[in-house]
Amino acid sequence: MIKSKIIRLFSLVLLSFLPVKSLYSAEMIDPIKVDWSFKGLTGTFDRASLQRGFQVYKEVCSSCHSMQYLSYRNLGEPGGPEFSKEEVKAIASSFEIQDGPDDQGEMFTRPGKPSDKFKNPYPNVQAATAANGGAYPPDMSVLVKARKGGANYIYSVLVGYEDPPAGVTLDEGVYYNKYMIGNKIKMPNNLIDGLVEYSDGTESTVNQMAKDVTTFLAWAAEPELETRHKTGIKVMIYLILLTILVYLSMKKIWSRIDPKI
Amino acid sequence: MSDHEYTPKSKAGKWFNDRLPLLTLGAHLTDYPTPKNLNYWWTFGGILTFCLMTQIVTGIILAMHYVAHADLAFASIEHIMRDVNYGWLIRYIHSNGASMFFLAVYIHIFRSLFYGSYKSPREVIWIIGLLIYLLMMAAAFMGYVLPWGQMSFWGATVITNLFSAIPLVGDSITTWLWGAYSVDNPTLNRFFSLHYLIPFLILGLVVLHIWALHVPGNNNPVGIDIKKPSKDTVPFHPYITIKDAFALLMFMIIFAGFVFFVPNVLGHSDNYIPANPMVTPAHIVPEWYLLPFYAILRSVPDKLGGVILMFSAIFILFVLPWLDTSKVRSAVFRPLYRQFFWILVIDVLMLGYVGAMPAEGIYLVLARVGTVYYFLHFIVVMPVVGYLEKTDPVPMSISEPVLSGGVKPSLARKINDKV
Amino acid sequence: MSKEEKKVNRRDFLFTATYTVGAVGVGAVIWPMIDQMNPDKAQKALATTEVDISNIEPGKSITVLWRGKPVFLKRRTQDEIAEARAVNLDDLPDPQKDEDRVKEGKDEWLVMLGVCTHLGCVPLKDKGDFNGWFCPCHGSHYDVSGRIRKGPAPTNMEIPKFEFVDSNTIKIG
Repeated sequence: MIKSKIIRLFSLVLLSFLPVKSLYSAEMIDPIKVDWSFKGLTGTFDRASLQRGFQVYKEVCSSCHSMQYLSYRNLGEPGGPEFSKEEVKAIASSFEIQDGPDDQGEMFTRPGKPSDKFKNPYPNVQAATAANGGAYPPDMSVLVKARKGGANYIYSVLVGYEDPPAGVTLDEGVYYNKYMIGNKIKMPNNLIDGLVEYSDGTESTVNQMAKDVTTFLAWAAEPELETRHKTGIKVMIYLILLTILVYLSMKKIWSRIDPKI
Repeated sequence: MSDHEYTPKSKAGKWFNDRLPLLTLGAHLTDYPTPKNLNYWWTFGGILTFCLMTQIVTGIILAMHYVAHADLAFASIEHIMRDVNYGWLIRYIHSNGASMFFLAVYIHIFRSLFYGSYKSPREVIWIIGLLIYLLMMAAAFMGYVLPWGQMSFWGATVITNLFSAIPLVGDSITTWLWGAYSVDNPTLNRFFSLHYLIPFLILGLVVLHIWALHVPGNNNPVGIDIKKPSKDTVPFHPYITIKDAFALLMFMIIFAGFVFFVPNVLGHSDNYIPANPMVTPAHIVPEWYLLPFYAILRSVPDKLGGVILMFSAIFILFVLPWLDTSKVRSAVFRPLYRQFFWILVIDVLMLGYVGAMPAEGIYLVLARVGTVYYFLHFIVVMPVVGYLEKTDPVPMSISEPVLSGGVKPSLARKINDKV
Repeated sequence: MSKEEKKVNRRDFLFTATYTVGAVGVGAVIWPMIDQMNPDKAQKALATTEVDISNIEPGKSITVLWRGKPVFLKRRTQDEIAEARAVNLDDLPDPQKDEDRVKEGKDEWLVMLGVCTHLGCVPLKDKGDFNGWFCPCHGSHYDVSGRIRKGPAPTNMEIPKFEFVDSNTIKIG
């Protein structure tokens, strides 16, 4: 009796999410499905991949894309690339950050500190847009969450450059990408094999770099992911335990009146 | 109400209770005689109270960190997600909490529809409930604007523009709502103010809702009036509280599943792009819980007509108690109505589905069919079926199940006529 | 009229007067609370904007922000103007001649609010069935004159108040 009711309840719950599911099946071709380490209920980030991904971001992406919501200190925080304290300091100080005004009222630059936000490649959105042929390179702090398809989509776009099929003409400064919505992208294909020299000796193929930088971006968008997963498991275990206890108590209490509520 | 007189045991309690009868109220709430045959569909009232409290508590916390300014709102959300201790948890509870709230309220509403809980003498409970639902939609809509992402901005633009359909004064009203010549910083600021206010209005209405419920007492799956207290009832505590707690925990497991494992699945990825008044997203879709109404809005090719129809879809529910002509409350004993009920459920789910799809081709056709049926259900099906339907025999009391042959059909019909 | 009736009348008058004066006071208090939500002085001060149009090639358009809303400035080709003028007014849901939507002698310049008259989205250029604009929100099609041709929008895209300051500058507002 109670079982069938619960099944009915759950099926209604599932039913009511049917329309939502459909939102996520759009016109474009499906992105490549990558078996990310951060997928699933217990997913965590691959530290080495995060560190390599940061290197790709720093050496390639960061010349156009900002990540304004991240700070250098985040790179050393648990659940992220987990660079050592010294490494974070060194990374931060390799950037010249504008500060001020000083006591003369002048702005000045100084080496970055871990508490600084990631340095923006351009002073503002307009400058970024103007420098990139009218297309603003989006801020990448939450890019993975801001794109339908998430990490799979970002990865697919990075490896999805192709010569345009016959019949498609491209304006100057526009490139063909089979995974991009509308297939036209203003960002040139920046990844070529061997572009970055990984310090851990990993071979820097296009796929490897795309995978690493996407992992890095996924962490940047959801730095709480590992804590969230860990806490989630504990919360679930607790809730299920309490539910069982409450269920048995309920049985006991109702048995005084009606043994088969 | 047939509550026995309550006298506090302690002297201090009696002294206080004579001046403010809070203890009497407490005793009333614990002893409140509740039909003993309530099924799990009746647990959603308690679940909804939990949802409201969760939203209020997490909302107050978020307001301590959030900045309601067009230039800073998006960044302050990221600040909450990245820097504030447990900020991600509280925000995800709040954003998913809105969806869970609506999930529960829809189940609650359809439960009323199935068991005829809106029928005499419970019309006022039903109407207050609908007012709560309206305020919930307002609160949810304004809350969705606060992160100031693309969906926030364009959702606000589309919804506020609905008012411009009003002849003559429409444009002045929209400008007044905006406080600018488009959705802008003043709009965000006032939405935040109102978003903070509305939950407390809801709380007030919830008190009235429960008060109005405690006058006639709960309806029940059999839908018959019962004597209170009697062998058909149980005291609210501990019988109903423990059952509500069990159901609430089941609900919380689903809730936690969303919060911890797929916190963004119910949202829209475009809302992680900061608002940009120059670019409209390719598909503007409201949150899932507003999709059926969105489908109704878009099913009409005329702007004013669409707006009127969308609002009618909600306001028609207010007169539902008078549109339903059946003398029997519960659909358990209404074989014909029961089928129409399920058609309505499917119809609303379908409207929700097409609301998420582009308004063209087959989806537009489905939206129109769905809209027509939605209104037909209330305007035609409910009054007509009530007259024509031959209902099944209704038992005399909860303890005497008629379906197993406890009551003779002739007797049952007599009772039926009396109800 | 008896003395008693007179008394009653006087009393009614007194009560009515009290209610009326009271209502005026309440209204006077409520009005500022309602009006504060209307656009403030700073908003109203942003009423005009000047745009340099010297760099726009025929067939191209730019979008500028005016009062928080996008304004499309399109320099139309002769073909496009001819196309806009060839339309039969009976085919239009909101009949309006193309000539009435541009400044006389400056036929190539179409200046209009880039806001769909349905529910306020920004239509996309060079899309839709009529070589003009297409609103992605609910599928309204506009022609090369910005007139509504198909879809739920009730009226043509609005032409804001504008003037040519000189041959290279347009002042909107």
